[in-house]
Amino acid sequence: MAQIKVNDVSLGYERGAIVSHLSFEVKEGDYLAIVGENGSGKSTLMKTLLGLLKPLAGEIVFGDSLRKNEIGYLPQQTVVQRDFPASVMEVVLSGCLSNGKFHPFYNKADKARAEANIMRMGISHLKARSYRELSGGQQQRVLLARALSATEKILLLDEPVTGLDPKVTMEMYDLIKKLNDEGVTIIMISHDIAAAVRYADHILHLGEKMFFGEVADYKKSDFGRLFLTEGGER
Amino acid sequence: MNELFSRLSLYMSYSFVRYALIVGVLIALCSSLLGVTLVLKRFSFIGDGLSHVAFGAMSVAAVVGLTNQMLIVLPVTIVCAVLLLRTGQKARLQGDASVAIISVTALAVGYLLMNVFPTSSNVSADVCGTLFGSSSILNLRMAEVWVSIALSVVTVAVFVIFYHRIFAVTFDENFAKATGVKTDLYNLIIAVIIAVVIVLAMNLVGSLLISALIIFPALSAMRIFKSFFSVTICSTVLSVSTALLGILAAILLKTPVGPTIVMGEALVFVVFWIVGACMGVKKV
Repeated sequence: MAQIKVNDVSLGYERGAIVSHLSFEVKEGDYLAIVGENGSGKSTLMKTLLGLLKPLAGEIVFGDSLRKNEIGYLPQQTVVQRDFPASVMEVVLSGCLSNGKFHPFYNKADKARAEANIMRMGISHLKARSYRELSGGQQQRVLLARALSATEKILLLDEPVTGLDPKVTMEMYDLIKKLNDEGVTIIMISHDIAAAVRYADHILHLGEKMFFGEVADYKKSDFGRLFLTEGGER
Repeated sequence: MNELFSRLSLYMSYSFVRYALIVGVLIALCSSLLGVTLVLKRFSFIGDGLSHVAFGAMSVAAVVGLTNQMLIVLPVTIVCAVLLLRTGQKARLQGDASVAIISVTALAVGYLLMNVFPTSSNVSADVCGTLFGSSSILNLRMAEVWVSIALSVVTVAVFVIFYHRIFAVTFDENFAKATGVKTDLYNLIIAVIIAVVIVLAMNLVGSLLISALIIFPALSAMRIFKSFFSVTICSTVLSVSTALLGILAAILLKTPVGPTIVMGEALVFVVFWIVGACMGVKKV
């Protein structure tokens, strides 16, 4: 059974649908890249998957013991965060809030999980540092650790390499791949089609014409070939 | 110097001075708690807007002739706080505009009512007092002191219990919402706390200067401290100590209380700014 099954869904705001009749599914351990031009509905789809927006039509079914709020989420950085006075530990711990019942404070298990995820992201030495002093790549790792503290099952990454330099971009992609190899389902939104094809195993291409399937099929399709040569596969 | 102390101890024997100190410290404590959240969410002006609403509501209460003005002022301010924060979430720019509209309207209504239905012979002194809190902090009655204490205790308790949620909602509302934190509820709680703090703080510094009380300690603390917790602690300590010293200074120097405190806050901010710049903390 799929973790997320999207059945004939239309997405958008009250003004009108941006994407219509979208169907795809994500199984446990998949690495799905969602690509498409600006305005093709990538962000809208992401907000809908996260439950921030309701689909205009159709249904999204969560399965495999995945509950609606169990999606870890790596958002794009906001202006607010860039100068937010918060230690790395505080940010990562805030991912633990989603778990279970209301407790005013974090318990030992929460702290242990946050510590473990900080170590997993290789940023233990930054634990007491202030989030706003870190480089872009380090901040992304902090936010990944927070997302992992919220859930181990599935991560939704929104343009995870925006603003990072080429070397850090590579490291970020490798890190995400490593998580995927460890069994975390990955849904990544990207407009870097070349990287999407290299790392992901499924592609969802949004736009006037849509494609959903395995990467190999995407490469073979006329549609995928067109975009890959345009995007210049490196 | 000795003379100063003997004068101070004389003043401390008056109950109105003790009341002023107690209430002043409590107000300072509460108002600094949410400063960090408001500054970071880019809601600095909401305090200003709400205080004008509270001013309008207060003049309505005065005209109607209510003895306990809190009954009108508090609910009206809370409702406006909720409305303002709600529009602010949907569209930043419109949020700004709605704060401006509501605040000037409330100010105009307040002043108009006080003029058309004067409750005392000296309207401008009344208005000035409400806007700059000239003397009301020194005229507190026992009942008002108790109300302030009760509201402060509730405010601090709510803040402590929801501290981590407030952090999450401030740092990244979408993430919090996506992982199942009830962000709407916590935004509502933030709005209500702000409204309560503002109504309380009108006594201390008057409605025009409340923003200073909310924003300055947080901004000062953010110049030097780097974690949310340390910034919160530092801003409450700053706020309480400046309020305490400000009230004492105002009594000794016979200056108006509100502006004296705010001048103190501004001074602290400049000092922290310079220290922060020397330490090389990233600018905010």
